Formats: sequence, structure tokens, C-alpha cells
Amino acid sequence: MSNKLSKIEKRTAYILTLPAVCLVFAIILFPIFANVWISFKEVGLKDIRIPEPRAKKIVKSISEEPVKIKIIYKLRNSSLIQEIRNINFEDKFPKNTKPIDLDERCIFKVNKIKCNFGNWQAKYRENFEIILKSTDGKKIEKKEVKSFKPKLRGKSDNILLSTSFTLKNFKKVLFENEFFDLLSTTFYYTFFGTVGSIIFGVLAAQMVNQKFFGRTFMRSILLFPYVGPVVALAYTWELLLDPNSGTLNSLLINFQIIENPINLLGQKYIAFNFFGFDLKLRLALTTVIFFEIWRYFPLAFLFILARLQAVPKELYESADVDGAGPIQKFTNITLPQITAVISILFMIRFIWNFNKFEDVFLLTGGASGTRTLPINVYQQGFAISDIGMGSAVSIVIVILLLIFMYFYFQLIGKKANEN
Amino acid sequence: MKIKNILIYSIVSSFFLFCLVSIWKILATLQGLDVKNFNFNLIFFFGLIISLSYLILGNKINNRIKSIFFSLAFTFLDSYLIQSLPLWYSIGLFLIVYFFTSKIQKYSKEYLDQEYSSQIVLFDFLTLFGIVLFSFVILFPFYMMLVTSFKTQIALLVNPLDFSINFKQDIKELFKSYFVIFKTYKFGKFILTSSIVSIGTVIITLIFAIPAAYAVARLNFFGKTFLSTSILIIYMFPAIVLVIPLYTVFSQLGLRNSIEGLLIVYTATTLPVAIYMLQGYFKSIPKELEEAAILDRQNWFGIIFKIIIPLSVPAISSVALYVFMIAWNEFLFSLMFLDNPNSFTLSRAIQYLSGDAETPRQYLMAGSVIVTLPVLLIFVYFEKYLVSGLTAGSVKG
Repeated sequence: MSNKLSKIEKRTAYILTLPAVCLVFAIILFPIFANVWISFKEVGLKDIRIPEPRAKKIVKSISEEPVKIKIIYKLRNSSLIQEIRNINFEDKFPKNTKPIDLDERCIFKVNKIKCNFGNWQAKYRENFEIILKSTDGKKIEKKEVKSFKPKLRGKSDNILLSTSFTLKNFKKVLFENEFFDLLSTTFYYTFFGTVGSIIFGVLAAQMVNQKFFGRTFMRSILLFPYVGPVVALAYTWELLLDPNSGTLNSLLINFQIIENPINLLGQKYIAFNFFGFDLKLRLALTTVIFFEIWRYFPLAFLFILARLQAVPKELYESADVDGAGPIQKFTNITLPQITAVISILFMIRFIWNFNKFEDVFLLTGGASGTRTLPINVYQQGFAISDIGMGSAVSIVIVILLLIFMYFYFQLIGKKANEN
Repeated sequence: MKIKNILIYSIVSSFFLFCLVSIWKILATLQGLDVKNFNFNLIFFFGLIISLSYLILGNKINNRIKSIFFSLAFTFLDSYLIQSLPLWYSIGLFLIVYFFTSKIQKYSKEYLDQEYSSQIVLFDFLTLFGIVLFSFVILFPFYMMLVTSFKTQIALLVNPLDFSINFKQDIKELFKSYFVIFKTYKFGKFILTSSIVSIGTVIITLIFAIPAAYAVARLNFFGKTFLSTSILIIYMFPAIVLVIPLYTVFSQLGLRNSIEGLLIVYTATTLPVAIYMLQGYFKSIPKELEEAAILDRQNWFGIIFKIIIPLSVPAISSVALYVFMIAWNEFLFSLMFLDNPNSFTLSRAIQYLSGDAETPRQYLMAGSVIVTLPVLLIFVYFEKYLVSGLTAGSVKG
């Protein structure tokens, strides 16, 4: 009996989860495997369109003979690179009409015409003409002829389904494409963005955990950058930082802090003197990191605040009794309580920042030394139109990601064991 | 010990005063005032005087009189000796110093004698400082976005520091950017598309996620642990690695430039989060209720509809809002999949607008205000639901 029940339970569970699982498989897991497939191919953006045979129908009346009408089909192969084979053509004519001097590739039956055009090379074009004659002597209506749409069918190779593979893409990604520059930019961006957002998150959480007037209001304000749409925020920042008429530069000049405007998003390096050392800072990248921190510290803030509010009050009270100062309380009570959250946050944010595309893309488009791996996927795949290369870069990202995730799940597992 | 405390107190408080005044000066500059200098030395020095005289005077004089006296003195010094500026600027300055003096009242001599009082002072002022600075840095871009959308191109280029809005002008002139983007750039259509896509995503996601989350939370079946860990793993996978294969497949299926295509992708990417959030909540519903329902010969459909859904309205609405915001804000897929202006979402439309270098920036900002406003309104109104959703949405810490 219980066996039967558990069988029913299992079946129900599969029915309930199946739709969601199928969808997620189709849209998320399938593409990851498809990436592997594509990355071993030489595919450009233009190759992925399936070649189609096309026909444009033009109907012309012949002025001297109203019982006749001329139809011109402008035939072409939509692809510029691929051949289409075995093309079949079909069209209908009005009743009581008959084509005269019909092309030998075609057969006419009742009021249908069927043609076999054979194979079309890439870029193939032809003007195919038919003259229709009315069988009962009445005038042929142009509209009626036009109302039928021709149908075309043909076979072509889908370059994505062929089984020729190459290692070219990976060779290019790893050896020709300034790969280590790309990797170091990505890590620089990811690491400092993550650390910065956590530091500001801790500060903000510590602040809001205090009691003051307008505290709940403050909490919702702090989350604004995180919930606002990227597009709007990125463009606002771009205007704010604009070297020619941006508010920030004008303010700095107005208060005589700088003399000439700084192109914060368009300048790769800035040289400055720090206690006698000449240092070079990657300016645009730093600015992008600051945007990153500004936008994502709220997440860290929210988690850390939730943790802080769960710290038992007695701990602080007993610390007061022991005569501990605020700094001692922070380092001995608060910090140990939040290290677990911080380590998990660090991993999550690290993984997410590593894959961040929109922010950098909207702010700089990957120019002036801000080209990270995700930006490179887009540039290779869509700007240079090399889908194979784009996929290869994606694969590199996925491999690195799997390594990070391994560490992340180890961390979570460790925590679960401790609890 | 004591001197160190006094020193820290006076320096930190003066620095805080300087920051307050500087932010006020920045805001005043943006209203068109000609302030050229922060006067660090002078204001810092005056801050030192105020904080030290508060210590020396102690409680001998009524606090309010003291505050008003020092605020007036400071305002007079700054406004009439250094720079002559309009009255509202001085009133603001007065209020700032008044606020400052009310904050330093509690630090008496006796207070500073205590152990750790320098640390307490430091923490107190850091908190105040943080509140001011964080709100300024966060709100400023939003403020700029709003103001810019009400300005004209010429005004923006002539003086980028002038944030004042002329409310006396005709409403049509004031809201010109909004009229233009609705009329010329057809933003009404983009809003409609964005709404359809976002609401559609919410509905489909919930239809798929509620049964799946119920199964993960309640039923025993082979592959359950595998499923729940893979939900987490999939949640971590970024859109950027999915984009190329999806682009190729969608091109060949003719799903690009269609709302259906976006709906499918958005639903799939939000499903893991939704299932994760919902199953956590479903686990907290007492099992006895369902057992009673099973005795009543209800099938799973009845259990979900009659027991689970009514009991988890808060969780479901939080998931719905969260998914709505993800779909509304989404940019990458709409950039990749849409290149026909007829099927643009709001985000994509704004990006398209900015691609044309000649688009005046006030139109861009008006568009930005239009995308941002609904999200922020929803967020502020339903904050409680959303905050719990955000924290549950990621891995529990």
C-alpha cells in the first residue's frame, strides 16, 4: 500500500517539476553544451541565417491583349555564401486561365503550376516569366492573379549541424588575443569590485544598525542603486562623468580642485605622484569599478544587516559590563558574527562580477582598458561577427566559473557541517 | 588621556561640520550660486571654536540660546564676510550649524573623561558622516537624472552646474522632453512592450515555479537533491555564456525580434530563483494541513490551489515583484534579440537612443526617468516583501 502511495508521489513530483525542468534545460543547459559545439567551428554571424529561396511576384497586364497577362517572378537565393538544392516551386492561377509557352522545368495541372528549378548557387538570381491566357475570352483580373502567393522549398546545409571541427578558435583566444591582458583586467575588475562592495556594505550595515531618525527611510534609499535599471543608471553616470559638460568635472573645476577636466571613462591610465613614487592607475577601469561598487554594495549591505540584526543583544550588554569599547566590540563581537556571511558574499559577488556584462558595456563599451572576458564574448561574436570565437571565449568563462563554483560549494558545505 | 579625547572630539566634529557645509555649498552651486571655495581652513577653525566653547561653557547657558548664537555667528561670518549670497543659502547654513550644535551638546567635559569616550565620539560622528555621505552619493545621480530631463539642450551645455528648474515656464515647455519622447520616439509603445514582457514573465514563471517548488519542498522522488542543487548552480550561470547559442537558435527559429522569444528566455532565467525562494517558504507551511487535505481525497492540484497558494500569498507576491523587476530591468537579452524598433523594450529603446550621438541628453534622461520610476515606486511601496525576497533570493547566509 505504502509502496503504491510512494509511486503516486513520485509520479506527481515528476509531473509537477517536468515543465520547469524542461524549460530550464532548453534555455540554460542546452546553450552551455551548444557553446562547446559552436566553439569548435568556424562560424560567422552571416552563416547562421538559413539560406532561403525567395520569389517576388510582379503582375503586368499587356495593353493590346486584355485576355493575356504577364507574370514575372524575381527569383533569388537569400544567402550570399551557400547553395540551395532541389528547389520546388508552386503557384496557383485563377480558373479559366492557361499559361502559354511554359518553361520546360514546369508542369501545369488544372490551375496549379509546379516547377523544379534544380540547384541555385549562392547569390543566384533569375527573372522567371509566365504569360497567362484566358481560356474563355474574358479579361484576367490582375488582383486575382496577385492574390496567390508562390511557395518555394529547397534543401541547404546548416553549417551548425555539419561535423567539421577546428581548434582554430581556441588557439586564437589563448595565444593571439592578448588573453592574459584580458584575464588580468577581468580579475582586477572582479576582485576590487567585490572587495569594495563588501567594505561599503559593512560600513552601511553598521551605520543602519544604529538607531537614528529616518532609519527605515535610509535603508530603502541605500537599495536604490541595486533595484534601478542598469541602462538608466549607467547613462546617468556617463553624463555625470562627461569630460566636456559633465557635472562632476565642472564641480571640481569650480572649486579649484583640478584645472583641466579628466576623462574618467575614456582615459586608460592616469599618472600621479604618491609620496615621491610615480604611479600609473588604470583610470577608466577604476571608474567602472566604482560604478560597480556603487551599484552592488546594497546587496552586501542587506545581507550583513540581516545578520547584524540577528546578533543577540546580550552579547553587547555583557561586553558593556566587561568594559569593552566600541572598537573592541566591533572586532570581537560584530566581525566574528559576520565573517561567515562575508565569505559567502565574497564568493557570490565574485562569481557575478566575473560575469558582469551590462555595466561595463554601457559605460565604456570595453574601450580604454576595460575589456573584460564577457565584453570580449560580445565583441568577438557580434562586433567582429565571429560566432565561433565568441563561443570559445564563453567556454573559457564557463571553465573558470566551474572552478569558482567548486570552491563556493565547498564553502557552503563546510558551513552546513558546522551548523 | 583627557587631552587626547578632547583633541579627537574637536577635530572629528569640526571635520564633520566642514563636510556638511561643503555638501551644502555643492548643492547651492548647483542652484546657480557662485561659490568658488570650500574655505577648509576657516570652517575647520570655526568648527574647532564651536566645539571647544561648548566644552568650556558646559551647561552654564541654556542650550538653545547657545545654539542660536553660534549658528548666527557662523552664518554671518560665512555669508557676509566671505561671500555675499542670497538669504535662502544663509538660512540653510544656519540650520546646518544648528543641527551640528544640537549633535555636540551631549559631549560635556565629564562625558569625555570616560573610558573609550574618544572611540564613542569617533563612532558617533562616523555614523552621522556616513548617513550624510551615503545619501548624497546615492541620491545625487537620481537627482541629476530627474533635473536633466527638465532642462533644455542649450542650458545644459552653457552651464552644466545649473540644476535649477524654472517652474514658472509653461507646463508644455517644462515637460517638453517627455512630450517629445512619447511623440517622436514612440515611448508609449516601448512601455507597453516592457509591461507585457514583464507581467507575462511573472505569470508564466509562477505557473511553472509553484508546482515545481511544491514538489521540491514536499514530495520524495529520485533526483530531488540533484534538482535542488542544480537549481543553485544554474542560478549562478550568467546570461553572457548563453547568449551566442540562444542567438543562433533563435535566429534560425525566427524567434528574434519577438515578444515570445523574450518571454521564453526571461522565464527560464528567473525560474531557478523563483523555485528556490518558493520552496523555502513552502517548507515552513505545517504539513498537517496537507495531510488533512489528503484524507479529504484532494489531489495535488487541489492541495496546491486550496492550501498552498492561499497560505503563501506574501511569498508569492514577493517572488512576483522580484521577477517583475528582473524582467523590467533586463538588458542583455533585449540587446541581443531585438533589433527592430517595433519590438523594443524600454531598456533597449534607451540604449538605441543613446547610440545616436545627436540625441539630446535631456531626452535620454527623460527616458531613464520613465524606466526607473516604476521600479523605484514598486520598491518603495512593497519594500517589506522585496527585502525579504532579495535576501532569500540569494543563498542564505
